[in-house]
Amino acid sequence: MSKVKKILLDPIFNNNPIAYQILGICSALAVTSKLETSIVMALAVTFVAASANFAVSLIRNHVSSSIRILVEMTIIASLVIVADQIIKAYAYDISKQLSVYVGLIITNCILMGRAEAFALKNPPLLSLLDGIGNGLGYAFVLLFVGFFRELLGSGKLLGISILPLVTDGGWYVPNGLFLLSPSAFIIIGLLIWAIRTWKPEQIEEE
Amino acid sequence: MSNDSTKKMVTVALGVCLVCSILVSTAAVSLNGRQEKNKERDKIKNILIAGELMEEGIDVKAIFDNRVKSAIINLQNGEFLPESDYNARLNPKTYNLKVMADDPQYSMTIPAEKDIARIQKMPKYMAIYMVNVNDQVEKYILPIYGKGLWSTLYGFLALGSDLRTIEGITFYEHGETPGLGGEVDNPRWKEIWKGKQAFRDNGEVAITVIKGQVDPDDPDARYEVDGLSGSTLTTRGLDAMVRFWLGDDGYGPFIRQQRIQEEGINEQG
Repeated sequence: MSKVKKILLDPIFNNNPIAYQILGICSALAVTSKLETSIVMALAVTFVAASANFAVSLIRNHVSSSIRILVEMTIIASLVIVADQIIKAYAYDISKQLSVYVGLIITNCILMGRAEAFALKNPPLLSLLDGIGNGLGYAFVLLFVGFFRELLGSGKLLGISILPLVTDGGWYVPNGLFLLSPSAFIIIGLLIWAIRTWKPEQIEEE
Repeated sequence: MSNDSTKKMVTVALGVCLVCSILVSTAAVSLNGRQEKNKERDKIKNILIAGELMEEGIDVKAIFDNRVKSAIINLQNGEFLPESDYNARLNPKTYNLKVMADDPQYSMTIPAEKDIARIQKMPKYMAIYMVNVNDQVEKYILPIYGKGLWSTLYGFLALGSDLRTIEGITFYEHGETPGLGGEVDNPRWKEIWKGKQAFRDNGEVAITVIKGQVDPDDPDARYEVDGLSGSTLTTRGLDAMVRFWLGDDGYGPFIRQQRIQEEGINEQG
């Protein structure tokens, strides 16, 4: 039981794909200017990571190591297309905002990384949990970044005004930097700093 | 059989491809209907927003069918295209601006010196929308597009029945910087456009988006719209776009035609 829990929860703080492994940074910069897009993106990545891990693990004993990367890529790409189609059908407005970034989940290193590092060596159910766990770890960082970027950049959360803007007759002068991608670097940097202060074992040796 | 034998490898690869292709095509086919409906609804919604008919919770399609009439116009001579000339692509129901602007048969290249909106190509025919009240056109909703800083902005400009007064502007697609150029979506800024005059008395395009705020004492204030603060290039793009589409290379011929007709009716009446 503790192994299951470890697989599921470790990627959130102890082995976070973004904050510890520094993978999947590009989408964490691109889609986090609003909390809503962050949530949908996190769900999409969790779905793809979990199902891809499960599928790769199912056939792990039948795939030659010389074509395994191609097989993993095919599975991941197909799942990403499915996720993209579902978002276009059920959350059209959000799909317009996410534009190409859902398709770009294919190139998100977390997916290939987990398929290679975990799913090829472990049974399907554990791989599924590992996929969900890493999805949650990714989601945690995305929501953290999205929360601060939307709040400080446009004074809103999920489109609801929290800090009334000067342009709407309130008092808050929005900080435009938080709407631009570089601000995500700063927030992720501060997050990594905070996590490593809390868990010093994550600090690399000099 | 070893996993590295050619036979096994080909079998596994084919099997994976087969399963994946079934998965992808099932998703694409089964969700296609919903996606098309979303696109259609989104387009109608934006037309209703431009015509100020949009409210929360209304039946978008019903309102659109009731209040809005769509038509295809020939941009070069400004005349309506008779319904008998409609075909699969030249039809207000299926008209797709981006497809038409890219189709060599239905588009024209804009000479560089005239291309102030920086769009290079434009369709020869355009689908426009008219909001009707008791069979009288109350507003004309004209599609416009042009380059901002990062992206091409797509939107609608609504003109009143006199074809001079601007009734509203809205953008349904753009990739400008959120909070800066992206403020084209700000309702307060859009409100500024309402009631501005697009043309001088001699018919010359007068509307302009200026840098900074309009001085209300300026005699030309009714032709001027505040620029977006912190986004000089988006503001410049907006200015060029509106001037281009209202000018002779855009809706100019159509607007003249309509005005002659209106005045004709008024003189008779």
